[in-house]
Amino acid sequence: MRIRFLKPKITATALVCLLSALVVSKSFGQLRVEIRRGVERPVPMAIVPFSWDGFGSVSPFDVSGLVTADLVSSGRFVPMEVRDMVSLPSLPEDVRFQDWRISEVDYLVIGRVIEDSFDAYTIVFQLYDVLRGEPIVGYRLTASGAELRTASHRISDMIYEELTGLQGVFGTQIAYVSEQQEGGEARFRLIVSDADGANPIVVADSPDPLMSPAWSPDGRRIAYVSFEGSQSSVYIQTLRTGVRERVSARAGINGAPVFSPDGRYLALTLSRDEGNSDIYMLEIATQALTRLTQHSAIDTEAVWAPDGQSIYFTSGRAGGPQIYQVAARAGARAQRVTFEGSYNARPRISPGGDRLAVVHEDRGNYRIALVDPETGLTQVLSSGRQDESPSFAPNGALIIYASQEGGRGVLASVSTDGRIHQQIVSVAGQVREPAWSPFPRI
Amino acid sequence: MTRTFAVIAILVLAGCGGDNATLPDSETGSQAGAASNTSGSSTGATTTGTGAMGGPNVVREMPGEGTGPLSRLVIYFDYDRSEIRSDFNSMLAAHGEYLATNNGAQVRLEGHADERGSREYNIGLGEQRAQAVRRILLLQGATASQLGTVSYGEERPAMSGSNDEAYSLNRRVELVYQ
Repeated sequence: MRIRFLKPKITATALVCLLSALVVSKSFGQLRVEIRRGVERPVPMAIVPFSWDGFGSVSPFDVSGLVTADLVSSGRFVPMEVRDMVSLPSLPEDVRFQDWRISEVDYLVIGRVIEDSFDAYTIVFQLYDVLRGEPIVGYRLTASGAELRTASHRISDMIYEELTGLQGVFGTQIAYVSEQQEGGEARFRLIVSDADGANPIVVADSPDPLMSPAWSPDGRRIAYVSFEGSQSSVYIQTLRTGVRERVSARAGINGAPVFSPDGRYLALTLSRDEGNSDIYMLEIATQALTRLTQHSAIDTEAVWAPDGQSIYFTSGRAGGPQIYQVAARAGARAQRVTFEGSYNARPRISPGGDRLAVVHEDRGNYRIALVDPETGLTQVLSSGRQDESPSFAPNGALIIYASQEGGRGVLASVSTDGRIHQQIVSVAGQVREPAWSPFPRI
Repeated sequence: MTRTFAVIAILVLAGCGGDNATLPDSETGSQAGAASNTSGSSTGATTTGTGAMGGPNVVREMPGEGTGPLSRLVIYFDYDRSEIRSDFNSMLAAHGEYLATNNGAQVRLEGHADERGSREYNIGLGEQRAQAVRRILLLQGATASQLGTVSYGEERPAMSGSNDEAYSLNRRVELVYQ
C-alpha cells in the first residue's frame, strides 16, 4: 500500500507491511466493539460514500463505510446519516459548503476508489473544514484488494490525527487470549486481530492454558506463556511465519515476559529451584540471564520504562502487592511506587513514561487505575468488579483491559481522560489479557 | 507405574478371595506405622499378596483411593495465603510417608489461586502454595526428585463462578501422581 500526501503536493510515500494471515478463524473469539460512553459533545461530521470508478458496479470494499465505523468507534465523532445528505460529492469541485453548513456538520470527507488495473486500486480523499470552507488535507493511497481494509484504517488514522492532534490507532492490532469449551474440554487460543476485532488470526491453539502475550517493539513477534506438557514455558513467535522459539523452560515459573524497548531482552518471572518468583532479564540472542530482584515475596509482572533503563514490577514484599521500580542491572535497589490502597498490581507504562496503568483494589473491586509514578497519585478509570490486564494503545490515549460481564470474560477500553468507554464483546467464548500492538511500521 | 501396580495389587488380592481389609486411617497417629507396615519388606511393587499365606488380606492404600488421608489429593488455602492449614497435616503426613516408602512414586504439585487480582501474581501465589506443600513432603521423607511443581494460577479453576464458594475451592494445591 502506498500513501501520497496530496496537498501540499507529494511529500511522502510509504509502504505498509501486512501480516499474512496464518490461520483465519471466524468463529473463535472474534470481537465486536460497542461504544458505552463517548465524549459529551462529539464532533458532527459528514463522510460522503466514496465513489467507485472501476469494473463492476460496486467497489470490492466499502472504504468510506469502514472509515465511518472507525470514527464512530472512537467516541469523539458523530457522522451524519447518508440518507440525510443533500448532495453526494466525490470531487473537490462538486463540494458546496452551504449544503453542509445547513446540516450543521463541522467537517466533511469526500473520496473516490479507482481501479487502476487488476488488483490495484487508488483511493483519493479530502478532508474539509466546513465552517471555514477550506480543505484541511488530502491523500492518495494505492493498495491491492487485500490491502483495502488496512488502507481504510490508515485513512481513519489520518483524519483522526488531523482533527484531534493524536495519532490514530485504527490501523493497530490487539493480541488476546480466548478460552472456549469444546466437547467439555477447555481450548485456549492466542489471537491477534485488528483493533476493531476484524481479521482474527490464531497465533497459538492449545488444550493447556496460554497466558501473558507481549508484543515486540517492532510488532513482528509475540512472547507468551504456554503450559503445554504440564509446565510453564515462554515462547517467542514470529507472526508472519508462525515459527516459534522456546526461550525459557526452567524449573518452576516461566512467566510474565515483556520485551525491552530495543527488543534485545525479555524481562520475565522465574522461580527456578527455590520456588520463589523473581524478575530476570534474558538476552534473547545469547540466553544470558541477569537477576534483577531477589526477595522471598512474589516479584512478577515486569514492564520496562520507555528508556529501557529500569523496570516497574509487582511485589508482595510489603504484605500485599504493590508496584516497585528497579534499575535494569544486577544488584540494584527497588523503590516502592504505589502507596494508595492495599492492592496495586500488573503495571503497564504509558508510551510517554509518565503514567502507569495498574490493577487497583477499590473497595473490594479490582479496577484499572492510572498512577503517576512520580507522586504515586492514583485515579480509578474503570468500574467493573474484576477488571485486569491493562494495556496502553501506542498513542497513549486509550487503555484496553479485561473485564467480566455476566460471568463472561470480555474486553473493554477506556480513554485515559476517563471520558470514552467501549465494550469489546467476544462473539464466542471468553476473552482476556489484551495487549495492544505498537504502531504499524510504515 | 504406580497405577499399574495398583491394578496388579487389586487383581492379586481379588484372586485370593479373602476380605480386603483397608488400613486404619481414622487417626492421624496411625498413619506412619500403617504405611510402613504395608510396604514392609518390599522395595518393589509386586510383593503385597501376603493374603495368599492365609493371614489377613492387606491392601495397600493408594493415593486418591479409599477413604483415608491418602485418598485426599487436594489441599485448600486461605485468601492470599500459602501457609498449610493444620487440618491438612494428617493428609500430607500420609502422602509424605507414601512417597518415602515408594521411591518410584512421583507426584506433581499443581498450585492454583482464585480469580481475584492479577493473573501473573496469582501464578506466583499458586507456586508459593505448591512449594509450601513440597517442603512438608520433603520433611516427611519424600525426595526432591519425586516432587515436581507447576502453578496454574487462576487459569484452571476447579469451580467456575465469582463467589466465595468457588474462590475457596479454587485456592488449592492438587497432588497429581504420575
